[in-house]
Amino acid sequence: MKPSLFPAIALSVVSFGVAIAPALAQDPSAGRSLAATCFTCHGTDGNSVQGVPPSLAGRNPAELFQMMKEFQTGKRPATIMHQQARGYNDSQLQAIGAYFASVKPASARQPSKP
Amino acid sequence: MGLTRREFLKLLSASAGASALAACETPGSMDAARAGPRVVVIGGGYGGATAAKYVKMWAPDIDVVLVERDAHFISCPLSNLVLAGNTTMQEITMGREGLGARGVRIVRDEATAIDPAKREVRLARGAALTYDRLVVSPGVDFIYDKLPGLRSTEAQQRVPHAWKAGAETILLRKQLEAMRDGGVYVLHIPIAPYRCPPGPYERVCQVADYFKRAKPKSKIIVLDSNPNITSKEKLFRTEWEGPYKGLIDYRPNSELDDVDSKTMTIKLTFDSVKGDVLNVVPPHRAADIVRNAGLITANERWCGIDWMTTESVAVKGIHVLGDSTLSGPAMPKSASMANQHGKICAAAVIALIKGQPVAPPVIMNTCYSFVSGKAAMHVASVHQWDAAQKTVTPVKGAGGVSDKSSEIEATYAWGWARNIWADTLA
Repeated sequence: MKPSLFPAIALSVVSFGVAIAPALAQDPSAGRSLAATCFTCHGTDGNSVQGVPPSLAGRNPAELFQMMKEFQTGKRPATIMHQQARGYNDSQLQAIGAYFASVKPASARQPSKP
Repeated sequence: MGLTRREFLKLLSASAGASALAACETPGSMDAARAGPRVVVIGGGYGGATAAKYVKMWAPDIDVVLVERDAHFISCPLSNLVLAGNTTMQEITMGREGLGARGVRIVRDEATAIDPAKREVRLARGAALTYDRLVVSPGVDFIYDKLPGLRSTEAQQRVPHAWKAGAETILLRKQLEAMRDGGVYVLHIPIAPYRCPPGPYERVCQVADYFKRAKPKSKIIVLDSNPNITSKEKLFRTEWEGPYKGLIDYRPNSELDDVDSKTMTIKLTFDSVKGDVLNVVPPHRAADIVRNAGLITANERWCGIDWMTTESVAVKGIHVLGDSTLSGPAMPKSASMANQHGKICAAAVIALIKGQPVAPPVIMNTCYSFVSGKAAMHVASVHQWDAAQKTVTPVKGAGGVSDKSSEIEATYAWGWARNIWADTLA
């Protein structure tokens, strides 16, 4: 992660009014590593190949957090996300949202073909 | 399928030559040029390629060298679809050039030995590579000790496993295509743990999809060493009793005794079963390279690791990833998991090299199974670090399976594939 990202994460966390757990807030790589669990399906740094499932890079952190809470409760219908969302606590979801907010959307790199 | 075996092999050897030309540095000159810390990764599959990419991406100052013997990455996930003609080998075959573009140095060679005292990896062709930390993600090898009838190459050609995607996938597809309508395909499944728990049952669905379309008089016999379907049981039974009703004869507790490839007979403890196409998946263990390095710690098969760091519990400075590991509680041997192991390994390796604390890991699993060319279903779980148990354990109340297979989940399954391929290789 670039050194300049950490203030951006701190700011974006403050902007939706919930402080993230101290351990996560003090370690900028923790948010990055948590968000990396999402990269498998949503693309490296949240830039999804062909946009399925949707890209998360540059998304509003409060909206992402709200969406994950709605997946958890079942308010928002899903095939799989309600099951994944329930695996994370609130401070982890906030750290993940803050990380994606700090990443610039870009077109996803793709593997070469022989 | 759009590619014959001969064409495929030609393609492999042609690009092997191209890669050798593209590699302008030899391992010897790499050692001479070495200034900062170095991480060597053995194996460019879902675990190793991801670890190599993420160490370089998150810590560009670390020299990352990936040792890989094969020219191309061929995905095991989706390879069952090739058997049914629902996708092609081209679709699941990719290069690793994207890792090179990120600064990972790729050495096309085979690691033959690890010397933990010298912190050195010996190679079949090039000079040895020294490391500060070594990551080993070699996948699985098959155990033929108790299967004398399958030890010869000839026998293995007649009775393929097709449990590593590549030449055997093509071979099994050809056998299924050549089989007469009204023939019998027999799949033998080893006792768990094995690579990809739902994989055998997905294969049954794929072959059934192909038979229904092309050879409707044919039958499938499933000989499962396990007492029941090991993953997505109700979902698979729904398919077998629905669209594939009458096609599949499922026989649990079918322990394998041996195989007679001449008479095409699978010998079980109390029975024997003949077929036109036999597909035996032998039991697996961690690959040879880790066995010889003393990394196997459990049942002479798997490598025990500290799930906080992925470091071997037996040999310091060496991290083991993917299917070779002694899995954590309820952790499947899957591509998703190997990719996630790669990331927790990368974070830990960087922290350990830089003398920083390692954050407790969280990992997630998503496995899709295609039940036809058009519909898929999933199993998912999230695993968090448990300080009391000192391992990662599945979060209660999280995870689960699909309500039913669907076309929308097939779209997501393809999305999963395209993204995990890019996340691992580009």
